[in-house]
Amino acid sequence: MEKFTTHQGLVVPLDIANVDTDQIIPKQFLQKTERVGFGQHLFHDSRYLDNDGKQENPEFILNSPTFKGASILLTRENFGCGSSREHAPWALQEFGFKAIIAPSFADIFYANCINIGVVPIRLTDNEVNELFKHSSNGKLRLTVDLINNKVTSENLSYNFKLDDFHQYCLEQGVDSVGWTLNKLDKIEEFEAKMPAWQ
Amino acid sequence: MATTSAKTMYEKLWQQHLVEEKAGETPLLYVDRHLIHEVTSPQAFANLKYHGRKLRHPERTIATMDHNISTRSIEINAAGEGAANQLRTLEKNCKEFGITLFGMGHKNQGIVHVMGPELGLTLPGTIIVCGDSHTATHGAFGALAFGIGTSEVEHVFATQTLRQTKAKTMKIEVNGKVGKGISAKDIILAIIGKTGSAGATGYVVEYCGDAITALSMEERMTVCNMSVEFGAKAGLIAPDQTTFDYLQDKEYSPKGDVWKQAVADWKNLKTDDGAQFDHVLTLDAKDIKAQVTWGTTPGQVTAIDSTVPSPDDFTDPVEKESCIKALAYMGLTAGTKITDIKVNNVFIGSCTNSRIEDLRAAAEIAKGKKVSEGVTAIVVPGSYRVKEQAEAEGLAYIFTAAGFEWRLPGCSMCLGMNDDRLLPGDRCASTSNRNFEGRQGRGSRTHLVSPEMAVATAIAGHFVDINA
Repeated sequence: MEKFTTHQGLVVPLDIANVDTDQIIPKQFLQKTERVGFGQHLFHDSRYLDNDGKQENPEFILNSPTFKGASILLTRENFGCGSSREHAPWALQEFGFKAIIAPSFADIFYANCINIGVVPIRLTDNEVNELFKHSSNGKLRLTVDLINNKVTSENLSYNFKLDDFHQYCLEQGVDSVGWTLNKLDKIEEFEAKMPAWQ
Repeated sequence: MATTSAKTMYEKLWQQHLVEEKAGETPLLYVDRHLIHEVTSPQAFANLKYHGRKLRHPERTIATMDHNISTRSIEINAAGEGAANQLRTLEKNCKEFGITLFGMGHKNQGIVHVMGPELGLTLPGTIIVCGDSHTATHGAFGALAFGIGTSEVEHVFATQTLRQTKAKTMKIEVNGKVGKGISAKDIILAIIGKTGSAGATGYVVEYCGDAITALSMEERMTVCNMSVEFGAKAGLIAPDQTTFDYLQDKEYSPKGDVWKQAVADWKNLKTDDGAQFDHVLTLDAKDIKAQVTWGTTPGQVTAIDSTVPSPDDFTDPVEKESCIKALAYMGLTAGTKITDIKVNNVFIGSCTNSRIEDLRAAAEIAKGKKVSEGVTAIVVPGSYRVKEQAEAEGLAYIFTAAGFEWRLPGCSMCLGMNDDRLLPGDRCASTSNRNFEGRQGRGSRTHLVSPEMAVATAIAGHFVDINA
């Protein structure tokens, strides 16, 4: 996993609550056995008018020239709800998103983001509302400073929190499997004490 | 009396699985059972191989094929090229790593959350994970069970553990007795209607109260299955005699003295008197009516005898906006009676409602009736075992005589990864768990209901109040 310390980028506001992972990456694109190739299908049903993904929907915000190149997604509550498919954050990452800002995230989606190095940032409803106001003209660039847990622009500054270990893993690009494999003695100790039925 | 040592069932499960808790690190929990399927495992296997790592406990890992498969043929190729590639990849990986696979045509094959419990792979007091959000189903047994992403699947493969932040606890108590004809699906939809689609995000929910303990194991699974639909990490029901009776003598259940020890241990799992929950929600069972979703999240649900809500019914601006968007997608007008909504499709199946009791209840209503003209209705049993049982009991015949299609087991139209998919504008009464936009096919409209309601709707061609 790549290390994440700070990132500056354009914000695209997706003003929809309860965006589920079926919307982020529809089922017909889940048949791959690799981790790549999902970005082109991100938000497929909203992004394209046709099933083949050739005819862009001009009304969908990710197709707007104003927000081209955006790397920070601003959205509403319960983002990433539904299916556990990690293909959803893979698609967001491959499309170019480094961070997602929302008042709340679904639990599994949140963990999936942490595990692949996309930073999920929870801000309050008021802060998110304020960001929606500032970002609608396509000119809001934010800096996500993971070291100091701050999201800032010239005029705005918000603090956010991450679990200590999540923060460490993101900053250091930790291979979490390798990290745990260093604790095999603890795992073996646990296994030795398990009841027979377990 | 509340004492500091009184623990909730979740806290007990947590403590019993804690491998390491250390400052600055997310706690490490042991995973007893890992269920896998074709869609969310290939990249985890690939990474494992890339790093040259071993799969720590193949015997704690069980695989089945369910998401992608055809419900018309047991041939892998019938699933289509992409799906067939995933299914073959699963076969290869299971062979290479020594994992038991219940593949196409196997007597144990089925939807992962139907197969696990019916074989006794799901046990109280265990942690069960699967790369599928409806893993919450297994909480019906008093197992801490939750869905995980593919990176976590890989973590479990290599270490048999997972890092988990401790969740908050919520008690949902359903008191009293439900009215006649009210199913477990109505109970859970009513709960979600009360909490909203994210009401339990960050929580592990424990369901209790007379209306919950009165449920059979299959009904309890229906309730726990949809825990994730209001954001819960997991749903739990304390194991009791109903649980033990269900599990005794199942293929993978412990036997002999080990069984006796297990039951003795499981009896201690329940939440202690006086244990504190972070949040408590109470419902009166007699107030619960048959439920139908009208929108595009499971929380957008109402009673069968009511009407489609108006955006004006919501004060919260985000909910109001969601209502406007949902009504537009669903092609519904505020104020329309739910019973006036016509459907052209009915789906009976999914890990929520495809077990033998679901099919018995559905067949009871279908008996001697006919599916309305212009309605396509399919019944997809949850597993090969359910299919055999339903055929032996004559249920399959009742369905086909009434004009339902009787299919082979799989996830099918719940998520439409195979060819069981709706067309734009199709409207479906579905016993599944998600009414998201495009869930059953791009532009399709899903209404979640119980199996009984789904059959009655298929016969009438529109929603009907089966209890009126």
